[in-house]
Amino acid sequence: MNPLALTSFTATSAIGCGLEATRASLRAQRSGLAPCRFETVSLDTCVGEVPGVDRSGLPREFAEFECRNNRLAWLALAQDGFTAQVAASAARYGASRVGVFLGTSTSGILETELAYRRRDPQTGALPEGFSYHGAHNTFSLAAFVQRALRLAGPAVVISCACSSSAKVFASAARAIEAGLIDAAVVGGVDSLCLTTLYGFHALQLVSRTPCRPFDAARDGISIGEAAAFALLERAEGTTNAGSVRLVGTGESSDAYHMSAPPPDGRGARAAMLQALAAARLEPPDIGYINFHGTGTPSNDAAEGAAVASVLGAEVPGSSTKGATGHTLGAAGALEAVICALALEGEFMPAGVNTKQVDPALPVTYLRENRRARLTRVMSNSFGFGGSNCCLILARAG
Amino acid sequence: MRALSAWIEGVGVLGPGFPDWPAAARVLSGGAPWEAAATVLPPPACLPSAERRRTGPVVRLTLAVGLEAVRSAAVDPAKVPAVFASSGGDGQNCHEICETLASAARELSPTRFHNSVHNAPAGYWGIATGCTAAANSLCAYDASFGAGLIEALCQVAIERTRVLLIAYDTSYPQPMHTVRPIPDAFGVALLLAPMASDAALARLEFAWSEAAADRMADPALEHLRSAIPAARSLPLLAQLARARPTGVVIDYLDGKRIALEVAACH
Repeated sequence: MNPLALTSFTATSAIGCGLEATRASLRAQRSGLAPCRFETVSLDTCVGEVPGVDRSGLPREFAEFECRNNRLAWLALAQDGFTAQVAASAARYGASRVGVFLGTSTSGILETELAYRRRDPQTGALPEGFSYHGAHNTFSLAAFVQRALRLAGPAVVISCACSSSAKVFASAARAIEAGLIDAAVVGGVDSLCLTTLYGFHALQLVSRTPCRPFDAARDGISIGEAAAFALLERAEGTTNAGSVRLVGTGESSDAYHMSAPPPDGRGARAAMLQALAAARLEPPDIGYINFHGTGTPSNDAAEGAAVASVLGAEVPGSSTKGATGHTLGAAGALEAVICALALEGEFMPAGVNTKQVDPALPVTYLRENRRARLTRVMSNSFGFGGSNCCLILARAG
Repeated sequence: MRALSAWIEGVGVLGPGFPDWPAAARVLSGGAPWEAAATVLPPPACLPSAERRRTGPVVRLTLAVGLEAVRSAAVDPAKVPAVFASSGGDGQNCHEICETLASAARELSPTRFHNSVHNAPAGYWGIATGCTAAANSLCAYDASFGAGLIEALCQVAIERTRVLLIAYDTSYPQPMHTVRPIPDAFGVALLLAPMASDAALARLEFAWSEAAADRMADPALEHLRSAIPAARSLPLLAQLARARPTGVVIDYLDGKRIALEVAACH
């Protein structure tokens, strides 16, 4: 593929609102996971909650989009000059030449969960003011972000569970390559809700303690929430393009099981090989890998096998979910931004919480940050339904 | 802009009064009247019995139309990337989850939870067909068919591969039905290819348009088109059903429509 520049990017998660706070947490190897106090949830688990999401509502002109997920998106869009960079791109190319490609798994479902508690006792009707289009619908996120950024190009939500906001990079890259658009706002937003907290609990995939990816004693995920965005433009001829490029994407399906990967990680392997081929790179070119690394016994085992079979056991890697929690449909974009910070800041972020790396996993797992002038890094994202996506980011020059 | 185009090699349809594509084509070409009848979803073909028991209407709908499209073109789906487009996913499943979470117990069924992901039909499609190629699942509210078509055409253009587009919607039970009144299930599948072949039925070429979307002349079909996002494909299907198709404008986002040049291959 032709490389694309990430001309602007930002992230908001439990480890920080915006890049400066995120970078500081990563440097300090700080986790944002804490015992769950969210809403009325009574589960013995830890979550990565973003503080202050509901402190202020959306501006009145966006009232129809009011929900926690869009408030989190709004909070993130206000960081790092991202909105201004998008406006500059829209001015350069035209608002209809800038697309919006966002990932979410649950969108504004929390609003619906709360509305179901307030149904009319006689008729069963939902309460007045319930906004299906603006809050519940999966597309609500892209409709809101497109409106908030005053864009008029194609807009879509990709919802492939936990690979969603990695896959948006691949779709946006194709649309730019096809000439449909000149730039794309890509990203992912997922926010805490009862569906995922109780759902993952029902599947017995949630840890009681802060998650410990790749640890010998790992026993499940910690759910987090995040919003992360990037502005993609053609790398050639772009002025002030920054230093980070998207150079490869790979997508595959497991065709195996709805909520578990095949033990040999063959679907993950296929996505990684495709990303390498798209980037015209060889395995030794990858200096760091940000694992999907959810912290469940079977996910990490399958991913470890897949990574070892493609890159070998020596490439340093970590899962940053010990810090942020598993941010589900936002994870792909959040971890792409963390990879961009690693490239720019010349360091590999450690996997926090992990005490003793599972000796059965053939990986080089970083438990401490490491200084390194990285040139190319890989990020894996896998989801329910056997949906796999791998991204390769590189530093320009 | 590079010309976004593709050859249609196979079609699958299932909806109210539309039991399959040959029957739909007769109606849409004026060869038979449309008769109102609730959508009948067949049992899920190709799935192992463990998965079969767990599937809801969206899986039965997408398997039916997807398999009709690939079989009519005699194409093995195992290596064909797929794009699934739906405005709302499995409404019944979503309703039951919200009811459980509003109750005192909040004990979700694990199967209900993993079926709640928007890409559940893509996951079951892979299990049923053994397809390990990329699958995308997207949503653009009422523009979902157009958004799916754009994603599929971009994949055809850039990856130079066949792509199976499956757009589908099912109805919500109450109380969600009141706020999202989709009357019945409708699914459409188009097998798209990057070059001409003996199987090709028609060639599509994409352009943006600011014209109003084409409507269906029959008021009952126009009601389907406007009430079910996946049925926004009906004007395109009507062109494909004709001996001499021309251009068509289909719905997309506010202020943006998709114009398709349609040329027959036979």
